[in-house]
Amino acid sequence: MLEVNHISLTFNEGTPDEKKALQHIQLKLNKGDFVTVIGSNGAGKSTLMNIISGALFPDVGKVTINEKNVTLLQEFKRSNYIGRVFQDPMAGTSPTMTIEENLAMAYSRNKKRTLKLGVNKNRRAFFKSALATLHLGLEQRLNAKVGLLSGGERQALSLLMATFTEPDILLLDEHTAALDPSRAALITNLTKEVVEKTGLTTLMVTHNMQQALDLGNRLIMMDKGQIILDISGAEKQALTIEKLLHEFQRIRGEQMGDDRAILG
Amino acid sequence: MFISIFNAMESGVIYAIMALGVYLSFRVLDFPDLTVDGSFVTGAAVAAISIVNGVPTILATLFALIAGFVAGSLTGILNTKGRINPLLSGILMMTALYSINLRIMGQSNIPLLNQSTVFTQLRESWSDLGVDQALTNMLVSIGIERPPSTWSILIIMTIVTFLIKLGIDFYLKTEMGLALRATGDNEKMIRSFSANTDHLKIVGLGLSNALVALAGALYAQYAGFSDLNMGIGMIVVGLASVIIGESIVGTKSITRTTLAVVLGAVVYRIVVAFALRSQFLDTGDMKLITSGLVIIALVIPKLLANHKEIQRKRKKRLALEKQMEGEHYARS
Repeated sequence: MLEVNHISLTFNEGTPDEKKALQHIQLKLNKGDFVTVIGSNGAGKSTLMNIISGALFPDVGKVTINEKNVTLLQEFKRSNYIGRVFQDPMAGTSPTMTIEENLAMAYSRNKKRTLKLGVNKNRRAFFKSALATLHLGLEQRLNAKVGLLSGGERQALSLLMATFTEPDILLLDEHTAALDPSRAALITNLTKEVVEKTGLTTLMVTHNMQQALDLGNRLIMMDKGQIILDISGAEKQALTIEKLLHEFQRIRGEQMGDDRAILG
Repeated sequence: MFISIFNAMESGVIYAIMALGVYLSFRVLDFPDLTVDGSFVTGAAVAAISIVNGVPTILATLFALIAGFVAGSLTGILNTKGRINPLLSGILMMTALYSINLRIMGQSNIPLLNQSTVFTQLRESWSDLGVDQALTNMLVSIGIERPPSTWSILIIMTIVTFLIKLGIDFYLKTEMGLALRATGDNEKMIRSFSANTDHLKIVGLGLSNALVALAGALYAQYAGFSDLNMGIGMIVVGLASVIIGESIVGTKSITRTTLAVVLGAVVYRIVVAFALRSQFLDTGDMKLITSGLVIIALVIPKLLANHKEIQRKRKKRLALEKQMEGEHYARS
């Protein structure tokens, strides 16, 4: 489904600020895989996401989606296959447009945009039923401007917009990190429901170790631009935070430097 | 008095088309596009030179529209493909257009007074309808001394402007229009929904300047000349219309905002007409009046909101103090 082959990317090469963001990343996701990615700040998680989505291009290496080489395909073309939810709840929606207009815009993701009305009767009914799956009552507020919604509601809407057209790959970039614990739990549950229902191939970056353990069938740990741990199946089910930290120490021979990761 | 308001309304509905163009770039795309100062003249120049050379007036006006679209698209290309900052792209295009407009006209001013224009043609076919007589009689009967010579321009242009407004309303609700609005609102997001934001910006700026050039072409035919300098400060006039309209009518929905922009353009013209009637202001002060109006329309609503907020807090504080006092007495 998704293959990342020998990807490397260095920022500011040849200057004192040189940073090897990714080094020989090798990753293969099968259809229906739900992979959680953890690692401290600067480990390269977001860079990897950006390379897969096309926001960044690698120095070397190859990205393929459905056997198709997309390494140099522009971001907007690649989003035919990819749904994304960003960390910032403001980032995934358009605040001055209404809920139904936002959904209509997202609905055109894998279609050609025409001069037909974005919202019509059939679509409105479809949007309503889709919104109902969020259990937030948003289906009653189709004509409310999205800028009036709370962060949690907006993030739930972003998740719906990214997934209801069933992309080949779903990228979640710390999409619960900016929310309070109860809203974060709500979005986590929604994510679980959506992915289970649709069987989307998902890659989720998180700073929250518990979340990384609870969700998905596979866990990847990154550090200094490399994948240092890749656990799946039964082994992943048996994993705990202690074991994970212990594992990190064993591989790297140092304490995990990121308090946020431990506190999470 | 009546005639100057009437003339202000006539030019207002023509300027409203330009204001709708400015609304598209400035508000919808969130792109402060200064091309407007140039493309307004481009529209006037193309229409004037075409008419002088015997092109049918409707066709000449259409040429102007296309020329405006090209100019706006070029600004969009400078910004998206050349990665030049929006403000600078517009300024560069505006400056380049000054020379281009001079090339188009071949001289700095083309008079159209003895030419047949859309409006003179309109007037000819209009006079048979007898609408003018009826309206003029009505005005005379309520005591207006100098009735306007024709109503054709005001009535037909109001219809044309509203058709354009309705067209924009519809376009902004289509799939393409939604993507265009999202581009101005949250570019990163709409790219993640597979929209080519570069193309959208280019098309959006093209449409915006097509409307501006259309207004320029119509204004040249209305005023009877095309002049190289007639576009100076046009962007501020457009902004004035947008901002005045928005603060009077509001921005609840697209339909309402575009209506606000059209009304804003007319109100702007009327206010300027009134200002120019005063003893100490003359036509040279027009730009000053325009800037002053924009500043007032920008500042006053904020001051009012601020004042309201202070009042609200004071009220709340007083109520709370009273309540606490009451509790104090109750305890002692």
